[in-house]
Amino acid sequence: MATTETNAPQLDADKNRPSQHIPSARRNGRWSGYRHLLWARILELKREPEVVFWVFVFPLLLAAGLGIAFRNKPADITSVVVIDGAGAQKALAMLQNSAARSTVRATILGRDAALKAFHFGKFDLAIESNPDGSYTYYYDPARPESVLSRAEIDSALQSAAGRKDALATSSQSSSEPGSRYIDFLIPGLLGMNLMNSGMWGVGFALVEMRQRKLLKRFVATPMRRSDFLLALTSSRLVLMVVEVGLLLGFGVLVFHMRVQGSILSVILLGSLGAVAFGGVGLLTACRAQKIETVSGLINVVMMPMWIFSGVFFSYQRFPAITMPFIKALPLTALNDALRATILEGASLGSQSGRLLVLAVWGGVSFILALRWFRWT
Amino acid sequence: MGTIETTVECTNLRKTYDGKVEAVRGLSLRIEAGECFGLLGPNGAGKTTTIEILEGLLAPTSGEVRIFGHTWDDNPRQLREWIGISLQETRLSEKLNVRETIELFASFYSEPRPAADILEELQLTEKSDAWVGKLSGGQKQRLAVATALVGNPRILFLDEPTTGLDPQSRRQLWDIVRTFQKKGGTVLLTTHYMDEAERLCDRLAIVDHGVIIAEGTPSDLIDRLGGHHMVEFQVNNSANDNENDSDSLDRWRSLPSVESVRRENSTVCLSVREPHLTIPALLDAVTNHGHQLEHLSTRQASLEDVFVKLTGRHLRED
Repeated sequence: MATTETNAPQLDADKNRPSQHIPSARRNGRWSGYRHLLWARILELKREPEVVFWVFVFPLLLAAGLGIAFRNKPADITSVVVIDGAGAQKALAMLQNSAARSTVRATILGRDAALKAFHFGKFDLAIESNPDGSYTYYYDPARPESVLSRAEIDSALQSAAGRKDALATSSQSSSEPGSRYIDFLIPGLLGMNLMNSGMWGVGFALVEMRQRKLLKRFVATPMRRSDFLLALTSSRLVLMVVEVGLLLGFGVLVFHMRVQGSILSVILLGSLGAVAFGGVGLLTACRAQKIETVSGLINVVMMPMWIFSGVFFSYQRFPAITMPFIKALPLTALNDALRATILEGASLGSQSGRLLVLAVWGGVSFILALRWFRWT
Repeated sequence: MGTIETTVECTNLRKTYDGKVEAVRGLSLRIEAGECFGLLGPNGAGKTTTIEILEGLLAPTSGEVRIFGHTWDDNPRQLREWIGISLQETRLSEKLNVRETIELFASFYSEPRPAADILEELQLTEKSDAWVGKLSGGQKQRLAVATALVGNPRILFLDEPTTGLDPQSRRQLWDIVRTFQKKGGTVLLTTHYMDEAERLCDRLAIVDHGVIIAEGTPSDLIDRLGGHHMVEFQVNNSANDNENDSDSLDRWRSLPSVESVRRENSTVCLSVREPHLTIPALLDAVTNHGHQLEHLSTRQASLEDVFVKLTGRHLRED
């Protein structure tokens, strides 16, 4: 409290000379406003339960849900139904004694029940024994696993019945972490999350403050406008580190994902992505007066990227003619770069094209946003 | 230097919105150092547009603003250090607490006052850990003024500081303004409450349709009415129904010590210098004409009466 007492008389003396401002020892440094704005933003985010859910919990739930639904089934068990009849027990015994017994699950059912279950996809193949001792396979040529299972079961039955292989062969399995769906998915979710939270975290927050007249109140102080925009954008960087850590940590711990590239590269990529989408969010929100308006705008901007930028499935499925457009989207560049770094260990230097796409989107948006920005 | 005394000065301000609506139509004023100056006028008179032009938040269509002799183009950052502002309507971040909000605003100024002093002075110490969203209307308004005071300003701009507040909160805010003024600060406030203008302001400008229609100290303005007292009454006019209105108003105007007369619905309002001369004569006149007096009251004249005399309308039409 000593500062209070020494400062008070000096300030009073100063007041008596209103038109001759005499600079005294400044208590606040150049970056005091920026630091307080950043800290206030982080406090607000922390105290907003919706933010915690959408930024942190939701992506994890999505990763868990999709990771489980599309997990690679162990060695693709073939489900077969044997239609009850004279040769049914014999066929079952042959399958259970065959070399394929570990990958085949066979059941005996009545004819109607068996065919019905087969048609509903519960079984890949139905086997019926004929009076002459031969067998008929029911399979669906449109279902790859059905076609596969016919070949597999036929081979197993033939061997069990005494067929000798003419050629000696052996097989080795190769199923490494890195090539599974979850490995593809996690970097995509990371990119999508950086886009979502950048657009909402910057764009929505800004329009809300404009609507509350808080922006106007801020520019009525000596606050530097650039400090404000910088604080809003860099608050994204703090969140980004948490987002990246959570999603990657989740992938590594739960799905035994392997991160090939360096964590530093991932963080640098995340920073570039967060800042680029912060810029796009800023531009989206630079004029809007109402949160309803900006919500619509944000969705319009993000929609093409949800679909085309390869979050949940590879964008290579789209026609070749659309590739230049798709690759020019910032989320495509970010997702590709994240996948290359995380899954293949590619260096940042080898991805200069993608980094450039991100930097141009972020930079151009930021400049346009500053030019058009409405504070009141 | 003659300019040292003048803190805020504007000449011939005009503001036209969208090339059509003229919110301010040639407004000039000078505010001296250390005074509390009020812009009094009904809603839509152009008070907020005027104060926001003076605050440098709106650009005037034409006219000039000088604060301590500087224009807003000269050195906006330095001017912002010198002034504190409370806007008509600002909803501060609800998820920050009172102390965090004050410290955030303090961080923008080069020489702010300690947050603890401000909290104490604005009676917010008890609420310093409460979220802004949980404050009452009066507390929110005190916090808004706190964010204006924390930069240690020389001029305080308050736009409708007590609109919508309960009487106790209004008095608290008036005390805060007086304390600031006692320390040498200059205040410019807008209001549509005449009691606020009368009690708080050293000088006033009455604004209507974007121009100043009267300016002076509250007592000067009331003096211009001619009489300091108002006598208001209603008469039952049954004896002489076809007597026309202007005849009856002329009769009341001719009573002793009456300065002016106006009629509001069925009530006649007399502006009077010496009520003890007017009232006996009034009672006689009522009896002589066979009327019955239904209601009679006297009170001190107010700024409201000044406004009604100048415009024929009331400050608040609600």
